[in-house]
Amino acid sequence: MLLLIPLFPLAGFVINASLGRRLTKSISGGLACAAMIASFAVSAFLVSGILGEHAAPLEYTVFEWIASGSLHVPFTLRLDHLSALMILVVTGIGSLIHIYSTGYMLEESDAEYARYFSYLNLFASFMLVLVLGANFPVMFVGWEGVGLCSYLLIGFWFRKQSAADAGKKAFIVNRVGDFGFVLGMLLIFATFGTLDFQQVATAASTRAVENGALGVLTIATLLLFLGATGKSAQIPLYVWLPDAMEGPTPVSALIHAATMVTAGVYMIGRNAVLFSHAPVTLSIVAAIGVATALMAGTIGLVQNDIKRVLAYSTVSQLGYMFLAMGVSAYAAGIFHLYTHAFFKALLFLGSGAVIHALGGEQDLRNMGGLKKYLPITYWTFLIGALAIAGVPLLSGFFSKDEILFRTFTANNPYRLLLWGIGMVTSLLTATYMFRLVFLTFHGERRVSAHASAHPEEEEPAAHGAHPAHGSDRGAHDHGHAPHDAPPSMAIPLIVLAIGSIFAGYVGVPHAVGGSNRIERFLEPSFEVSAATRSLEAGAPPAVEGGPVRPVAVQETHAADTEGGDHGSTEIQLMALSSGVAIAGIVIAMYFWLWNTAAADAMYRRMHGVYTLLLNKYYVDEVYDAAIVQPIKLLSTGGLWKGVDAGVIDGAVNGVGQTVRAASSVLRRLQTGSIRTYAASLFLGVALILGWYLLNAR
Amino acid sequence: MMGPLTLNHYLLLSGVLFAIGTAGVFLRRNLITMLLSIEIMLNAVNLTFVAVGRFRGLVDGQIITFFVMTVAAAEAAVGLALIIALFRHRETLSPDAFTSLRW
Repeated sequence: MLLLIPLFPLAGFVINASLGRRLTKSISGGLACAAMIASFAVSAFLVSGILGEHAAPLEYTVFEWIASGSLHVPFTLRLDHLSALMILVVTGIGSLIHIYSTGYMLEESDAEYARYFSYLNLFASFMLVLVLGANFPVMFVGWEGVGLCSYLLIGFWFRKQSAADAGKKAFIVNRVGDFGFVLGMLLIFATFGTLDFQQVATAASTRAVENGALGVLTIATLLLFLGATGKSAQIPLYVWLPDAMEGPTPVSALIHAATMVTAGVYMIGRNAVLFSHAPVTLSIVAAIGVATALMAGTIGLVQNDIKRVLAYSTVSQLGYMFLAMGVSAYAAGIFHLYTHAFFKALLFLGSGAVIHALGGEQDLRNMGGLKKYLPITYWTFLIGALAIAGVPLLSGFFSKDEILFRTFTANNPYRLLLWGIGMVTSLLTATYMFRLVFLTFHGERRVSAHASAHPEEEEPAAHGAHPAHGSDRGAHDHGHAPHDAPPSMAIPLIVLAIGSIFAGYVGVPHAVGGSNRIERFLEPSFEVSAATRSLEAGAPPAVEGGPVRPVAVQETHAADTEGGDHGSTEIQLMALSSGVAIAGIVIAMYFWLWNTAAADAMYRRMHGVYTLLLNKYYVDEVYDAAIVQPIKLLSTGGLWKGVDAGVIDGAVNGVGQTVRAASSVLRRLQTGSIRTYAASLFLGVALILGWYLLNAR
Repeated sequence: MMGPLTLNHYLLLSGVLFAIGTAGVFLRRNLITMLLSIEIMLNAVNLTFVAVGRFRGLVDGQIITFFVMTVAAAEAAVGLALIIALFRHRETLSPDAFTSLRW
């Protein structure tokens, strides 16, 4: 039964990939959607089975995958509370995005349409393997699989050079992280002799917490975190995500916002016990998270491409999740992951609807005044923006607040600095999101002859006869007024908007009278399970309450019992962050709604900063100069012209030339005359015999 | 002055026959004659084998001789066939006419 969850999308992939060319759009699209919905139904059914207080996780071993000496890796899927939440997000939001895609991709040819859906289904299948995997290698299968699908989908319009480049960039940058992940995995196997998550957690829990020293757990977790920075787009490996926006917009929503990029966060949550025993790593995770959040937030403030703003916003929100992980607030991080999936998918799909309506226009400077043309898109987008900004009573508010509160009360010497940066980022989030809203939907309509204003946008059309192939812009008639999303696109938007409002209510904190159900729901996944603990017969009973549980869980219990003090702090912090969110919106209103001249004046006054941000801190250029160019130089000058052309080719050609030179002399012996041959034969025999006869005595 | 035949007599005869054969190969300008000369050389060797075997009381020499004769028969068959083919090709039997297989 558990196997069916990833198997449905896989079946959809197989059918669409093999027969898609001959299927009409409604069949291939419908098939893909049906596979996702079936998977969602099975997920929901199975999750309802493990909801009870003491229900054990479901486990299903498909087959024995690797058995070699002490290495023993079964292909096992495990459904516990953490993966339950993840599969619901993946299949639920995945289904909505599949439905949305049936409308969004309608302009593609039948074969392209089927190819798109086959990739999308394959992605869902791998993502489900990733979250259901019960050990590192199975997770890694999913991990690499989603990376592959990400590459395929970013480069979906591979006839466009920038899309093909972006796909390659994503793939290569991810390889760097995956290298760390594999090393971490091997180190864990070398240390614990097992790769099963529960067994690793049990084994790790019997170890002392590694304070300060650079112990094996610290190194292993740092390597795993390197993998997470690649997949989840954190400093230093975040550069691929903004470029990934070259893919179709629903892909950005599903893969590069809601699901795949959260894999790193999920992975840390999955190994919460392990990370809890390496406080040094946790501090680094928190620092990287908050630095990424701030950096991406500032870049997002000035970008002009609607999707890129959202991409930087995703990077920034992922930073929040890592901040939560870094302060051991695992449940809060996963909670934010879950709410973020709703509102970020909503925002991306909304931006897709805008792009669709404008026939492929992505530049904010050419939008504006779309409110009256696209009412559904406008209102749903607004809800998403309010949710991400952290306006009270929407989902983003609860999760973001939980993270900030946990940071504030964390057991970390720099907690106030982390919290302060988190607050600043929160302000930035509200500001750039509402800049986006105002520039897109409010004010005057600025859509003009954008074809002449942006000559580079005509480029894709020059590449192929089919304009819809090369780019995100469809074959729309620019003369007509923009039309709102068709039903297939509008329904997912509305459902996600409802989700963005209400998804947060599973995690209403105690301080305002809620019960924070999600935290209690997820708690078992972050500690050593009772089943494996009982297996560990030698473990002393004192371990039960002690180092087995991650620090955050202990603190939660403290908060539960003596909640009064923390409660008031939490309410104060809540009020503060609500104020910050609203302040951010007001700032955005001032600059981009009431007094647009002020924004321009500001840009001029802070020209240096503006250019710096517009060029994304020149990180791409720095990477290019520091890594890409030296490698290129070394490869061209050293490996290609030196080693390959010089040494290897030189050796091969040298052998050839020597033989040729020698044979040009020696071949004179081949006279063709039998007599000469016979003479030389006779001479040779005479010489040899003579030599023997002379030496005979 | 005819003493008893010793091994040396046989070896001497064999040497003379071999020299005649070698000279024939080098000096004659007819492929068939050259082939005949090779046969003479082979038979010189055969004579040595038989003689040595006889004088040392072994049969090995005779056995080897049978092998050599078999090979010589086969060689003659193949050699004559080749010569006929070559003759059809060039209308001559001089070995100097067949030097195209060279550098």
